[in-house]
Amino acid sequence: MIARAFNGSKRYWSWVVFLLVLAGIGFACYLVQFNRGLTVTGMSRDVSWGLYIGQLTFLVGVAASAVMLVLPYYLHNVKAFGRITILGEFLAVAAIIMCLLFVFVDLGKPMRLLNMILYPTPNSILFWDMVVLTGYLLLNIVIGWTMLEAEYKTVAPPKWVKILIYISIPWAISIHTVTAFLYAGLPGRHYWLTAIMAARFLASAFASGPALLIVLCFIIRKVSKFDPGREAIDKLAAIVTYATIISVFFVGLEFFTAFYSQVPAHGMDSLIYLFAGLDGHAKLVPLMWLFAVLAVIALVLLINPRTRNREATLIAACGAVFISMWLEKGIGLVIGGFIPNAFNRVTEYSPTPLEMLITLGIWAVGALILTFLYKIAIAVKEDLL
Amino acid sequence: METSRRNFLKLGGAWALGLAILPAVKGFAANNPEHLVNPKAMAGKRWGLVIDMQKCWPRYQAGCRRCFDTCRREHNIPDIGNKKEEIKWIWTEPYGDAFPDQQHELMAEDIKNNPFIVLCNHCDKPPCVRVCPTRATFKRQDGIVMIDYHRCIGCRYCMAACPYGARSFNFRDPRPYIKELNPAYPTREKGVVEKCTLCVERIDTGLPPACVEVCPAKAITFGDLEDPSSEARQLLKNRYTIQRKPELGTHPSIYYIV
Ligand code: SF4
Ligand code: SF4
Repeated sequence: MIARAFNGSKRYWSWVVFLLVLAGIGFACYLVQFNRGLTVTGMSRDVSWGLYIGQLTFLVGVAASAVMLVLPYYLHNVKAFGRITILGEFLAVAAIIMCLLFVFVDLGKPMRLLNMILYPTPNSILFWDMVVLTGYLLLNIVIGWTMLEAEYKTVAPPKWVKILIYISIPWAISIHTVTAFLYAGLPGRHYWLTAIMAARFLASAFASGPALLIVLCFIIRKVSKFDPGREAIDKLAAIVTYATIISVFFVGLEFFTAFYSQVPAHGMDSLIYLFAGLDGHAKLVPLMWLFAVLAVIALVLLINPRTRNREATLIAACGAVFISMWLEKGIGLVIGGFIPNAFNRVTEYSPTPLEMLITLGIWAVGALILTFLYKIAIAVKEDLL
Repeated sequence: METSRRNFLKLGGAWALGLAILPAVKGFAANNPEHLVNPKAMAGKRWGLVIDMQKCWPRYQAGCRRCFDTCRREHNIPDIGNKKEEIKWIWTEPYGDAFPDQQHELMAEDIKNNPFIVLCNHCDKPPCVRVCPTRATFKRQDGIVMIDYHRCIGCRYCMAACPYGARSFNFRDPRPYIKELNPAYPTREKGVVEKCTLCVERIDTGLPPACVEVCPAKAITFGDLEDPSSEARQLLKNRYTIQRKPELGTHPSIYYIV
C-alpha cells in the first residue's frame, strides 16, 4: 500500500516538494535555535511558554476530534461516517506527531528528552500528557492502518481492532483532558485556574477538528475520484455548529465569573490584557478581537441552515472556526496565562521570525504526513470504486 | 552491513551488562566514604528565613546590596543585561508587587513602594516539584527545594507553576556573562532552569546561607521552622510576620517582618 504514496500527479508532487522546502527551512532554523538556545525565540522569564506550546495545545484538540467520527460510527451506528473514519484517524496521527515535535523544539535540553521516560514522574501532568499522546498515536496508527489494509484486501477487519477502537474513544477524551490539566491545576496562574478548562478544551477541539475535516473532505473530492459523501459532511457540519456554540458559551462563562465577581485575580486582569490591553500593553488585542469576530461570523453562517448547507459558505464558516479557535487556544490562552506575571506586571511576548519559521516547518511536516497518509487511503478507496 | 550489525549487537550487550551490574555499582558507591554526608552538615527538618525589613531598609537606602552581590558571586550568577532573560536568585520588589493581595489603595505610598527582598520560598508544598516531569526539581528532607541541572530538560513547566516568579531559565549560555568566576561553585549551561538553593552547599558544611552571613544589619535570620527553640521560630512567635501569597497553599518558608 505504501507504494501508493509515491505515484502521484505532477500537482501532488509539487505540493510535496513545497512542504519539503518549508520543513527544510524550519529544520535549518531549528539548528540555529539548537546551537544558540531558546534565546532566539521571543519567550522570556515572564512568558516562558509561547508559540510552540500554544500549537501543542491547539493541535491536541485537532487530534482528539477524530473521536467525533469514530464515536457516532461505532456507538450510534451512523453509517455515513464509515467512509471517512480513516480520515479522522489519520488526521489524528499527523496532529499528534506535530504535538510531539512542538514539545521537542520547546525543550531547553532536547537531548535529555528521555529523562521523561527514565524517571517516570506520576505527579507531573506533563508525564501523563506524554503517555496519553504517544498511546493515542499508536492506537490511531494501528487502527487506521489495519482498517485500511482490510479494505485494501476486501476482507473484514480483524476482531481485535474493534476493541482498540472502543479504547480509542475515551482515550481521545483523555488526551485533551490531560492537556487541559497541564494548565488547570497551577496555583497563581489565575487565568488557567478554572474547573471548566478541560470542558473548554474539548468543546473547542470538537469545533476545530471537524471543521478542518470538512475542508479536507472538499479538497479530497476535488483532487481525487473519492467522494466522502454529502451526508457525512452535513453531519460533521452539525457537530461543528454545536461545538462552536458550546465553545463560545464556555468562553463567555469565564468572562462572567471574572467580571461579575470583580475579583482581579480570577482571570480578570488576563482577560483585560487580552481584549483591551493592560498598563498600556495591547499586542494581543487585535488578535483576540479577530477571534471574537470570526467566531461570530462562523456562528451566523453555521446556525443558519441555508448558509450551512451551501458549500462555499460552509467552507468559509469552517475556516473561520478553525482560525478563531487557533487564535483563542493556540495564542490567547497560553500567553494570557502568563500575563500579568507573578508581580502583577506585564511583559509582552511576540514570536521571532525564526520561531515562526520553525513553527511553520512543523506544520509542513504535519501536512506532509497527512498528505502521504491520505494519498494512500484515497488510492485504496479509489481502487474499490 | 554485517560489521555494523555486529557492532550494534555488541553495544546492546554492553548495555545489558551495564544495566545488570548497575545496582552493584550503586551499592559500592553508597559505601564510599567520599559520598557520606559531611559530619559538620547542619541538620534541620524545614529550613526557612525570617527577613526583618525594618532592619534592612535603612541600609538598603544607604545603598547596601551585600546579600545580592555575595549571592551573585558565590553562585556564578550571570549578568545577561537583558530584562527578558535575566537570571535572578535574590532581588527586591516593591511591597505592592511582592504582596499583591496584602495591600490596599490607601496604603501609605512609602510602604507600598518599599523594596522587599524576594527569593525562592522553598515552599513546604512546592508546585514546582509537583509539576516537574523528570524530578529534576525536588524537595530535600530538610525542606530545601533544589534543581538538578544535569537532569532538567528545560521544559519550563516549573516556571509556569511557581507563583512567585522565583525561577529563571538559561535562554542562552550563561558562562560568558559571569563577571568574576567562583571556581568552587558550578556554572550552568543553556537550556536549564535555576534559582536560589538556600546555599545547600554551605548548609551541608555547617554554614548558614551566604546572604544571612553577610548582612551587616543582621536582617535575615536562618533556622529550622520545625524546631520551636530555633531563632527563627522565636522571631515568628514574638513578631508580626507575613508570607507571600499564603492563600495559594504553597506554605512558603520565607517570612517577613514589615
Ligand atoms: S517559590 Fe517557586 S520555585 Fe521556590 S519552592 Fe516555591 S514554587 Fe518552587
Ligand atoms: S524545566 Fe527542568 S526543573 Fe523545570 S519542570 Fe522542566 S525538567 Fe523540571
